[in-house]
Amino acid sequence: MLQDILITGLVNGGVYALLAIGFSLIFGVARIVNIAHTAFYMLAAYCFYMLLVKLHLGFLTAGVISVAGVTLFSVLCYRLVIEPVREHESAVLIATIALALIFQELMLYFFGGHYLGIPSTLDGGVRFLGVSIPYQRMLILLVAAAMLLLVWFILYKTRLGLAIRATANDLEVANLMGMNVHRVAMATVALSVGLAAIAGVVVAPVFVVDPFMWLAPLVTMLAIVVLGGLGSLKGSLIGALIIGYVEAITVFAVPGGAYLKGAVALLIMVVVLLVRPEGLFGVAFEEER
Amino acid sequence: MFRTVFPAAVLASALAFSSLASAQNTIKIAILGPMSFVQGENHWAGAEMARDEINKAGGINVGGKRMQVELIRGDTNELQSVPDATNAMERVITRDKADFVIGGFRSEAVLAMQEVAMDYKKIFLGAGAADAKLGDNVEQNYERYKYWFRVTPTKSPDLFRTLMAVLNTIADQVRQSAKREQVKVALIAEKAAWTEGIVKGVQATLPKMKMEIVGTWQPSPLATDVNAELAAIERTDADIVFTSVSGPVGITLARQMGERNMKAVAFGINVEGQKDEFWNAAAGKANYVSTLDTYAEVEVTPKTIPFVKAFKTRYKKSPTYNAATYDAIMLLKDAIEKEGTTNADKLVAAIEKVEHIGTAATATWDKKHDLVWAVGKTSGIAVQWQDGKKVPFWPPQVKGMQPFKMPAK
Repeated sequence: MLQDILITGLVNGGVYALLAIGFSLIFGVARIVNIAHTAFYMLAAYCFYMLLVKLHLGFLTAGVISVAGVTLFSVLCYRLVIEPVREHESAVLIATIALALIFQELMLYFFGGHYLGIPSTLDGGVRFLGVSIPYQRMLILLVAAAMLLLVWFILYKTRLGLAIRATANDLEVANLMGMNVHRVAMATVALSVGLAAIAGVVVAPVFVVDPFMWLAPLVTMLAIVVLGGLGSLKGSLIGALIIGYVEAITVFAVPGGAYLKGAVALLIMVVVLLVRPEGLFGVAFEEER
Repeated sequence: MFRTVFPAAVLASALAFSSLASAQNTIKIAILGPMSFVQGENHWAGAEMARDEINKAGGINVGGKRMQVELIRGDTNELQSVPDATNAMERVITRDKADFVIGGFRSEAVLAMQEVAMDYKKIFLGAGAADAKLGDNVEQNYERYKYWFRVTPTKSPDLFRTLMAVLNTIADQVRQSAKREQVKVALIAEKAAWTEGIVKGVQATLPKMKMEIVGTWQPSPLATDVNAELAAIERTDADIVFTSVSGPVGITLARQMGERNMKAVAFGINVEGQKDEFWNAAAGKANYVSTLDTYAEVEVTPKTIPFVKAFKTRYKKSPTYNAATYDAIMLLKDAIEKEGTTNADKLVAAIEKVEHIGTAATATWDKKHDLVWAVGKTSGIAVQWQDGKKVPFWPPQVKGMQPFKMPAK
């Protein structure tokens, strides 16, 4: 049973990490609580479905167009909806909730409430320590790791990254130093939503595509970023793994209570908020930023 | 003053008269379901077929007067919101002046909708919910709840009887194939009101049927991932994964079982598995998944095959059990024509006595206004997905059934 928990938790943690990194980035850098983050993930999944299943464009082409299209769309949404109210955090929160619900209703209108399936990019799987691991899930793990490295590279090895970090550190000083803070925030939104879109393209083949698919991961993702420390990328990764393992342990230890795995994740979030509001690794990562 | 008031009065009178005329010439039947979802689509499609057939033949004969059927579309959105469902029921009765209401899917919502319909003493023919409480209400307070009848499916304890009958057939096949007496069964049931009785029943009954329950897993109906559950089930070497799922978790379950190349065969209730779209939604990974179902091109009644063929021709897909709204409307038509009235109390008495041969079942009702269960009559059928096709395999005595297949070990 131990190896089942170890491997299942790792694989599930990888899925969550891919979603949580982007959310954490946009909050940590631009201080935007983007509730629509997983709604963009849903849009990317629908876009991928249309291009791959309906228009038969092939995995790579469909994936690239979906990620690029949703990323560009997010920039438009930022300019039209978020930027005008960015100074008011509660307004941003409400605006992004509204955006997410609009996307949901639009998908419901165009596609109905049908559950859609996307074929796996990679078929088959391997057995490791007696546990079956489909290749698609291994791909998700690899993509999650690659995205972490990419985000780290952009943040710490490029001029854009320097600007993003400077803006995150002190918005007003960065502005006074001549940086276009609005453009930096827009680039951050694009990077963050790009990650969500990549998650949509890579993760959707293991899940079911439907207009409400953004809700469950949103809740889990919030638990992860609170656990790891809001705005901390490494914290998000560690938080994702912890939640992945907690869920696996819940299912293996209490099979009849498998439905509680989401509640357990939320309970952890509440406990962390009460005991250590900055998250498990908040202080260390705060210094790093 | 007169110039303003008089035309308005004339217009109001004209509208009132036209409304009265319309009310006198049509029988208004509200079809209630989650219209953006497959369940509601089938509710509506089945009703449309009945309406067109009746109206084409001249309408319903109400004591010598021919009346056309007018359908009212009530979107309950019940999968998302129970209050939306009760609001829809209230609206079709008070604003649209429905004479009868048919439909419903989610038990929690139908229980609430039942209350509204009973408040207005409207005949409510259920075409989706299985919760036994709906019928228990009739038994406990007949005068209030007598206007409720369940047309499809059978109540959950009877669904359980059907499940056990089919499971026994599959277990025998497993025994022959594995050359051993004991069969291992993993139970995976979504956490919902309608599965509670089934879970308890399975846990109590299977050991008596020489089947060992290796574990019970209960994910959320909206779970997007059951990977951990399946990893645990694989460890148990289960022969059969007994399913009770109605939500999207049914697709996830089938797909992830296929991706894991699991040797256990899935059988039970998988509502998503009843739909034509299931195979594609599970990305072609749902081979050998089997479920109880209602419609296939088999002779459950003499009306089944013609109905299924006509449905496929018109809607380019097979009907799901919610399309038995067709049977519900035909049942009303027969009762109205027999009694010569649309009076609800007289129709209740008529339906209580009737044996109705529909497309889904040969139905009679008990004192709870639930279908009287009988294999081949109201039990429905069982189907298995085999290489992209939904193949009916149970009950064997029904003409047109095909063999059940096991995955290669």
